[in-house]
Amino acid sequence: MSRYKKMFEKKTLLKEGCFVPFVVIGDPSLNMSIKIIEILIKSGADALELGIPFSDPLADGPIIQKSNLRALSKNYGILKCFEIIQIIRKKYSNIPIGILLYANLIYSQGIKNFYKQCSKYDLDSVLIADVPIEEYSLFYKYANKFNIDSIFICPPDADDNFLSQLSSYARGYIYLLSRPGVTGIEKKTIALSNKFIKNVKKYNNIPLLQGFGIKNSIQIKKSILSGVNGVICGSAIINIIEKNLNKENEILNKIKNFSYKLIQSTKFI
Amino acid sequence: MTLLNPYFGEFGGMYVPQILMPALHELEKNFVISKKDLSFQQKFLYLLKNYAGRPTPLTLCANLTKGTKTRIYLKREDLLHGGAHKTNQVLGQAMLAIQMKKKAIIAETGAGQHGVATAIACALLNLKCKIYMGFKDIERQKPNVFRMKLMGAEVISVKSGSGTLKDACNEALRDWSNSYKYTHYMIGTAAGPHPYPKIVKEFQKIIGEETKKQILQQEKKLPDSIIACVGGGSNAIGIFSDFINEKVNLIGVEPAGQGINTGKHGAPLSHGRTGIYFGMKSYLMQNEEGQIQKSWSISAGLDFPSVGPEHAWLNSIKRAQYVSITDEEALEAFQILSKKEGIIPALESSHALAYALKIMNLNPDKNQVLIVNLSGRGDKDIFTVSEILKNRKKL
Repeated sequence: MSRYKKMFEKKTLLKEGCFVPFVVIGDPSLNMSIKIIEILIKSGADALELGIPFSDPLADGPIIQKSNLRALSKNYGILKCFEIIQIIRKKYSNIPIGILLYANLIYSQGIKNFYKQCSKYDLDSVLIADVPIEEYSLFYKYANKFNIDSIFICPPDADDNFLSQLSSYARGYIYLLSRPGVTGIEKKTIALSNKFIKNVKKYNNIPLLQGFGIKNSIQIKKSILSGVNGVICGSAIINIIEKNLNKENEILNKIKNFSYKLIQSTKFI
Repeated sequence: MTLLNPYFGEFGGMYVPQILMPALHELEKNFVISKKDLSFQQKFLYLLKNYAGRPTPLTLCANLTKGTKTRIYLKREDLLHGGAHKTNQVLGQAMLAIQMKKKAIIAETGAGQHGVATAIACALLNLKCKIYMGFKDIERQKPNVFRMKLMGAEVISVKSGSGTLKDACNEALRDWSNSYKYTHYMIGTAAGPHPYPKIVKEFQKIIGEETKKQILQQEKKLPDSIIACVGGGSNAIGIFSDFINEKVNLIGVEPAGQGINTGKHGAPLSHGRTGIYFGMKSYLMQNEEGQIQKSWSISAGLDFPSVGPEHAWLNSIKRAQYVSITDEEALEAFQILSKKEGIIPALESSHALAYALKIMNLNPDKNQVLIVNLSGRGDKDIFTVSEILKNRKKL
């Protein structure tokens, strides 16, 4: 059974929502990245979504964009990112780890070779931010060959045609968007209606994680009550890194307190 | 499913966040409808003729070619309203936006020519207009920024990344992914996700159609070569369009910037490799790992690390030839045309002219007809050039 499946089954039994943090590998440094990821896991993260830094992350807002550029300014290559993943995987063999990246990083090293690497480093899923389902076939072929779950984004205005198409592709979980636009915490998050979630579930029986604009406990409670299985939280965590650059302990303490608070709100609903 | 083929060979496609796909499908559907809609086509041609000033002339450069057997003609897109070929396609896209009931336009601009053209179309057709522009380009293209604002556009300075066209493109796409329900993203060149490369070519193909008629009238034969500068590639694809199936050399000129070996250039077709960026699969300037690299050109309009997918395809099948010209060579052509013919070309177009002059000087006794697409006028560049010449004490 896949790590995602095990994790989601356990959470369903416990009647709890999942908390999946997103951070960019290498921001603010490789060493700190490991420490940040470990703090998130120790605080109770259910799975990890890790960004591989890219020069032009156009699906992301300013906070994650700057995080990508900070990581890139240190000149770490993709191999270094995979090494970090390897370190985490060795210590935490059960936690599902997904990566988020942009198509050119995959295309540049060869699609087959990329998924082979993902399999070698024991990754669970890949989300490609700038490849829609319509262009996915070649990526999908190799993802399946190497047993890597392909994560797809479901927009908040998805129609029945798209949802039906999604059901034949999505694996692991579906990344449900809270709102249109790019990642970030500045904009108001529109709560997804129970009706919409029900409609998504009509076509898809794999778990749903809601992302974009997740920044506080009230929102998380609302999301989970609307019927999703959990949330993905990125910009709010990365904002802590940005606001406390060069203050290692501050970053770790604040991320610990922040994520603990959010994780608590996924329980006792 | 798309209505039209989104690919040119292996190039093109729709590599955008999923959220944008409905907007691209809506645009494609409306584009297909507009092509068959007689009243749309009539209004478009009416605006091109009576507002923008088509047809533009084809000018023979007698002074420039004196003493040689080469005849160089300039397709005078610099004389189009707005000062560049950009006006053609923004009128078409603005009409599409109205057809889709969008109230506002977002656009990005490098040299400012597309920004000015967008502001013109929006003022004329009563659309709200927001232009993203890199902060460095805002600095080097002040007159165009003023023109945009004068015509009612909001110019947004992009400070992220390198602060040039590449970053402005990213910002515009970001804006669009939040606002597509009521805005149209008016991409300025024949690049980006499908259907943009097809739309831009359709609205720019009039350059090629006019050129063919005019050269047949003046020379009674087709030219030997057509030469056009290539940033994203809209003026080049426009003038190439009616000659792709003819026996005519098609030459695209990319910016070699400070020299290809310095790495400071904008020539992905001749010195990049295939990748995925800005919604399409095409040639890219990128490092070994696939990170997009900064491009460089004295001409802000050519300062882009990728190129339209149809050019990538024409290059791959060797139907068109792509070469590069340095900043220095372009500067020289800029001055020569000004002095010899009384025409100040845009720095972009100066690249194409510089290559035509190279062909002429290499074989002065060859009887040949060359057409250069003079894609825009150089008024916007006079400050950049005057600064350089002053520093060299040549002015």
